[in-house]
Amino acid sequence: MSFSDNVRSMYQDQLKSIEEAGIFKKERFIHSEQAADIEVEFPEGSSLKKVINMCANNYLGLSSHPDVVKAAHEGLDTRGYGMSSVRFICGTQDIHKELEARMTEFLGTEDTILFPSCMDANAGVFEAILTDQDVMISDRLVHASIVDGIRLCSAMHDTFKHSNMDHLESKLQLHSDKRLKVVITDGVFSMDGDCAKLDEMVALCEKYDAMLFVDDSHSTGFIGKTGRGTHEKYGVMGKIDIITTTFGKALGGASGGCVSGRREIVEMCRQKARPYLFSNTIAPVVVSGVLKVLDILSENTERRDKLERNANYWRKGLTEAGFVLKDGDTPIVPVMLFNAKLSQDVSNDLYDEGIYAIGFFFPVVAKGQARIRTQISAGHEIHHLDKALDAFKKVGKKYDILGRSKQEIIEMYGL
Amino acid sequence: MSEEMKDIVLNYVIDEYLEDEDEEITYDTPLISGGIVDSFSMVSLKRFLENKYNISIPDEQATPEAFDTVEKITTLVKGFLK
Repeated sequence: MSFSDNVRSMYQDQLKSIEEAGIFKKERFIHSEQAADIEVEFPEGSSLKKVINMCANNYLGLSSHPDVVKAAHEGLDTRGYGMSSVRFICGTQDIHKELEARMTEFLGTEDTILFPSCMDANAGVFEAILTDQDVMISDRLVHASIVDGIRLCSAMHDTFKHSNMDHLESKLQLHSDKRLKVVITDGVFSMDGDCAKLDEMVALCEKYDAMLFVDDSHSTGFIGKTGRGTHEKYGVMGKIDIITTTFGKALGGASGGCVSGRREIVEMCRQKARPYLFSNTIAPVVVSGVLKVLDILSENTERRDKLERNANYWRKGLTEAGFVLKDGDTPIVPVMLFNAKLSQDVSNDLYDEGIYAIGFFFPVVAKGQARIRTQISAGHEIHHLDKALDAFKKVGKKYDILGRSKQEIIEMYGL
Repeated sequence: MSEEMKDIVLNYVIDEYLEDEDEEITYDTPLISGGIVDSFSMVSLKRFLENKYNISIPDEQATPEAFDTVEKITTLVKGFLK
């Protein structure tokens, strides 16, 4: 046995220091299906509490939609539970190919390849298509999974300041000698809820002969007039070379993701991307559910329209109440508190009021940028939002932050 | 030349890496060990220096230690100038 007392004590010390730093993550147990109204056991062992969920990625409210659940049941009955294989050995069913074709059509790209998750798509794509002769230039706020994918790739890596197009242009000039250049961004940034300026980025990429990569996980299904994503919103469909996205958020919320884009890029992933080659195929039950989600989204834009109305209502309500918000027009609405402890205190008080919203602080967001990230869903009704607004106002009043500026809140609570 | 080079490097670091306008750095501020420049972003500083002074810094010499302060960076660059 090599797990000696010394080793155990070393890990115990590390865990203790995480706890002492106030960044120890504890799970809250949900005893119901994912929805606007959920039943939660928190802290562990306590009796169940009915709360309104304001922090799920369930943007379109489809995670527990009866038609999606029914389709998943049918998939389970007709295609089984698991495939016990990676895709290229004996793990590809007709429905996997069908989903790839449907995603290609939905996103307006040339081809699509499924991955076990978008984390896996991001981890695998760069290494599959780039070498040490190339450069990756990423926005400084891209998602952690992209950072991991970049680390696994031998190409040079540089960054540009968040959404700063002048800085991006200077980097494209600096690296003009590289064989291939890939500009990398999130479509919607998950912590701030703002959108990448894809129209300007496409123009810069065309000017400097660079490819453009967009992780659209927080927009596929609801951003843009018909919910295709940020490329639809900015009028650049067909001009994004590589899109990665997830089925784990708006598109049913189970799991799985994909790389969609230029035919040759997708084929390179099929030949070389390690998470595709060495990880199991997506379970048939999930594929069947996502196919039904795409059916629902193709019928009309009702759900994304409702989500947009809800998000506008929520943002307006919080603004009128006097909270400091991050600018944006997406269903991610961060309520800025700046101080880490304050974000935890507000989150706990909101929970007491029946509102489930989590506080984020360093290292998840930059130091002094602590916040409650609220996420709106088409599954919310106005009465949910009104109840949540009342709770936010009550708690905001308790901490005397309503109508206060960023500077005033920092002076009161520190950074 | 030495002072001028230090100021050029210092100004580049301020423009490139500092997000907070109030943050102040000097020739001796630890950049990498102090968390101002992450090892990922060091590449742009290296390329900037190579282009600006028409030199080539081998990767094995472009270490986080050698790039940790403006003072150290200047010493490194001067070693490559003819």
